[in-house]
Amino acid sequence: MADEVILLDFWPSPFGVRARIALREKGVEFEYREENLREKSPLLLQMNPVHKKIPVLIHNGKPVCESMNVVQYIDEVWSDKNPLLPSDPYQRAQARFWVDFIDTKVYEPADKIWSTKGEVQEKAKKEYIEALKILESELGNKPYFGGDNFGFVDIAMTGYYMWFEASEKCGNFSIEPECPTLMASAKRCLQRDSVVNSVPDPEKIVEFAFKIRKIYCV
Amino acid sequence: MVTGDVKLIGSWASVFVMRARIALNLKSISYEFLQETYGTKSELLLKSNPVHKKIPVLIHDDKPVCESNIIVQYIDEAWSSYGLSILPSQPYDRAIARFWAAYVDDKWFIALRSILTARGEEEKKAAIAEVEERTDHLEKAFIECSNGKPFFNGDHIGYLDIALGSFLGWWKVVELDANHILLDETKTPSLFQWAERFCNDPDVKPLMPETTKLAEFARKLFPKPQA
Repeated sequence: MADEVILLDFWPSPFGVRARIALREKGVEFEYREENLREKSPLLLQMNPVHKKIPVLIHNGKPVCESMNVVQYIDEVWSDKNPLLPSDPYQRAQARFWVDFIDTKVYEPADKIWSTKGEVQEKAKKEYIEALKILESELGNKPYFGGDNFGFVDIAMTGYYMWFEASEKCGNFSIEPECPTLMASAKRCLQRDSVVNSVPDPEKIVEFAFKIRKIYCV
Repeated sequence: MVTGDVKLIGSWASVFVMRARIALNLKSISYEFLQETYGTKSELLLKSNPVHKKIPVLIHDDKPVCESNIIVQYIDEAWSSYGLSILPSQPYDRAIARFWAAYVDDKWFIALRSILTARGEEEKKAAIAEVEERTDHLEKAFIECSNGKPFFNGDHIGYLDIALGSFLGWWKVVELDANHILLDETKTPSLFQWAERFCNDPDVKPLMPETTKLAEFARKLFPKPQA
């Protein structure tokens, strides 16, 4: 019996992209449905009544919400191919820890970089780079956070990697001189097939970022 | 069965530490409890959790694991053959449990804490209303997850029971502070009855802090502004 897999998503979302990448890593056929976040579909409101947010994975009619929760679910259901989490419990705990770090310490300043200006933005840039440096130290010499293999933490970060250029342009700063090895890993991730097929054109993200920045800042 | 050397850095008053302790009890794992002194952070804590410098930290054979919900999952996976499963067995049920555990921390707890930090009656009323609304969501979650059984996890306590249930001591303290019932037998009957069952569970009971002692500690942590 074929699985029915639908993804409710929004094209520039750093969270939605995580679900797309995970599905493609596993070779899962899915129906992508674009949401207009200013006019959310009845399906989205029905499937995620608590947060009313994307991404929502609908697997055989049953919804899974929250991006990294979706990624973990995809990893567990389609477990026969490309494991995204390590098998060792300690390594798994470490991967979860760093994803939690990313979704708190990277998310908050990243959000402020494109949506604010002046002193608030300067503070956010500083915090963002600090967080990226901590991640870079954790990455060390490894090609990916997952070691030799692209995995859970890399997927979480790819949402931010795809927004690097937009963040740099909104904030008028450069990430590579501050975090060269993280940037190298980012480039590696952005070249992966599953990522290339999931991530929008960076120029389109920059354009989008400036469009909404006008709404928030002017 | 060899469990290895297990230490837990924590505090008797912390909800997050309690989660780890309940999980260890469920798996019958003996551990050394290293109590932190309020107001200071030990060398071991700073060394074991350099990123956040927070409790709880589980140290298993000298390897630290941080963040309470991550620790609970680690305990379930590292000692998977010990005792009963903490996470549900099906991927979908696990996703639901993780979703609601995240909701407890990101939405519900934030609202609960804002009652204690509220300045003035207006702010307090707004915070109470928010907690009531979010508790209502959790009542629905309980009905959905438990499927007629006594706990979120079914027949025995599990991940989501631990995530929410560990708050019950503080829940009572905030009720007293706000002078307002926050776990209402008539508004959220399923949750109310679940709470009693959870507190009476043999792996939970010895760990639940005594209300008066916790209330006294709360006054230190959340001092009231001078009149």
